[in-house]
Amino acid sequence: MSELVPEPRPKPAVPMKPMSINSNLLGYIGIDTIIEQMRKKTMKTGFDFNIMVVGQSGLGKSTLVNTLFKSQVSRKASSWNREEKIPKTVEIKAIGHVIEEGGVKMKLTVIDTPGFGDQINNENCWEPIEKYINEQYEKFLKEEVNIARKKRIPDTRVHCCLYFISPTGHSLRPLDLEFMKHLSKVVNIIPVIAKADTMTLEEKSEFKQRVRKELEVNGIEFYPQKEFDEDLEDKTENDKIRQESMPFAVVGSDKEYQVNGKRVLGRKTPWGIIEVENLNHCEFALLRDFVIRTHLQDLKEVTHNIHYETYRAKRLNDNGGLPPVSVDTEESHDSNP
Amino acid sequence: MSKQQPTQFINPETPGYVGFANLPNQVHRKSVKKGFEFTLMVVGESGLGKSTLINSLFLTDLYPERVIPGAAALNTRKTLLWEKIERTVQIEASTVEIEERGVKLRLTVVDTPGYGDAINCRDCFKTIISYIDEQFERYLHDESGLNRRHIIDNRVHCCFYFISPFGHGLKPLDVAFMKAIHNKVNIVPVIAKADTLTLKERERLKKRILDEIEEHNIKIYHLPDAESDEDEDFKEQTRLLKASIPFSVVGSNQLIEAKGKKVRGRLYPWGVVEVENPEHNDFLKLRTMLITHMQDLQEVTQDLHYENFRSERLKRGGRKVENEDMNKDQILLEKEAELRRMQEMIARMQAQMQMQMQGGDGDGGALGHHV
Repeated sequence: MSELVPEPRPKPAVPMKPMSINSNLLGYIGIDTIIEQMRKKTMKTGFDFNIMVVGQSGLGKSTLVNTLFKSQVSRKASSWNREEKIPKTVEIKAIGHVIEEGGVKMKLTVIDTPGFGDQINNENCWEPIEKYINEQYEKFLKEEVNIARKKRIPDTRVHCCLYFISPTGHSLRPLDLEFMKHLSKVVNIIPVIAKADTMTLEEKSEFKQRVRKELEVNGIEFYPQKEFDEDLEDKTENDKIRQESMPFAVVGSDKEYQVNGKRVLGRKTPWGIIEVENLNHCEFALLRDFVIRTHLQDLKEVTHNIHYETYRAKRLNDNGGLPPVSVDTEESHDSNP
Repeated sequence: MSKQQPTQFINPETPGYVGFANLPNQVHRKSVKKGFEFTLMVVGESGLGKSTLINSLFLTDLYPERVIPGAAALNTRKTLLWEKIERTVQIEASTVEIEERGVKLRLTVVDTPGYGDAINCRDCFKTIISYIDEQFERYLHDESGLNRRHIIDNRVHCCFYFISPFGHGLKPLDVAFMKAIHNKVNIVPVIAKADTLTLKERERLKKRILDEIEEHNIKIYHLPDAESDEDEDFKEQTRLLKASIPFSVVGSNQLIEAKGKKVRGRLYPWGVVEVENPEHNDFLKLRTMLITHMQDLQEVTQDLHYENFRSERLKRGGRKVENEDMNKDQILLEKEAELRRMQEMIARMQAQMQMQMQGGDGDGGALGHHV
């Protein structure tokens, strides 16, 4: 899409809407059927979604992902080994599944990061994660600049990173701040307060306010980033989410219980049943709607148009403005920023 | 019709009964007068509810005759909303005098804010270990001193180690810390914020922790078995206590209305967690254990940990260190005196040389040459 009015934009641009002249249609043309055509195409091809979960061990990351996609998609489900030892260094484990709903196929990849934040010395434990994310960008870049490239480049880039905050009730830990500072520039980070059933309602809202303030003070732009709001409608919607709901305080569960005659996902304790999808109990439903029902496509777009473009620009700059030509020459330039 | 003789000198009726079975009562009366001292240390990451639990343990509003002056001192860090948590470990000790039915307890709670918060926690328990050692050192010093009448016992008698309920067991930091102090203090592991866990999760976590403690050979405090002459209730209670270690607790000082009466607890949209309900958590068990075994905790600290420390200290030449302390000033004075002496000597020698030279000149000058 060419820009009719060239604007100096420091960042790689999201294509602007072309200036349009509103004309009255004399009859029905059928332009609106393009939506239906796109829908059919998407249903045929399906789409990729890669979600990464980061947080200390035991915060319920795997359970939450299972609950989000209502199926056993996490690493814990695939490995039958319940007796897990904390790995000595951060590992990256990616598990892919194909899930289908309403004729739409989604190739979902869940990337887990066991070992993050669990050691005594956690300095630079985010480096393997940053490296992995950049490697995926590199893979995509290589495919893109190939002379004979595939029709549909397999997209392994991380579209969304859920960062699990421990519900201490006090404030963010230094590790949380360091991780988010480093990674909010390369990937969409959605901070999530884990195991929120540990806090009462007042503690929860106090904690959320404090976390929001700390993130702001430290200049951490989590998704949805303010600078990428396209128009007023987006801005108001996202502002509301940013300032009131985020970070989402969630509870995950893959067990069902009977409550008021319905089967609900929840946690059964001697003092009551915590319903995962009950908005009075926790904000899981908000997170699910946000990630899957309203912002899924936007997450992918921001990853492709902004984060990937930033990486690409830097790579090309380092290379003197030239694209990395062949696969062999590629290998020698192994400098990942 | 014997007149009322002074009753204290009548021979007791039972033959062969001397009366020294009364000794424990005398000891009891003396101890009650003297009062008890107890030092409790709490260690754990921030946000695990340590301060709340300590307040809940000792700040009961159920006993009106309890006198608690300065109890606000125990509410240390809960109000620090915007302050950054100090990244180095601090030691904060607060003392409170509690009295119940004439028995005085001088309780010191040692808090350790900053533990486990930094990105690199390699050194975070050095401060804690040196504090514990310092108290032992001070006691050793007082004990070896001339006036031993009023030794204040600030040694740490018990350490509550708070384990996060969010993990799958012990973290590497937990293991490293407990191994570093299990020979210095009685460790009582406590699972914090237990209302995060369902019953099954709680059992699994407890078992996991016990397995890991055994695997790493960590010596936690073991409740002594009930003596065979104790009553059945006490034996049963001890058995229950031993089976529940590590205790999973919830702390709170808010009164919530539940089932028609006011209880201490936490109010959630899905129900109320009652602090003092044994089905909800082990708070009562923890408190019972602490109260009934306070004496034993002190004994083990004295007989085991302190003796360990003492023998190692003395082996290392503890006496020398002690004397050094006392004589440091003396040594300084001595060294100063020596310095002065040497300076005087040098001055004298210089004067002598001067005189010799002058004498030569003078001789030459004044008297001329002797031929």
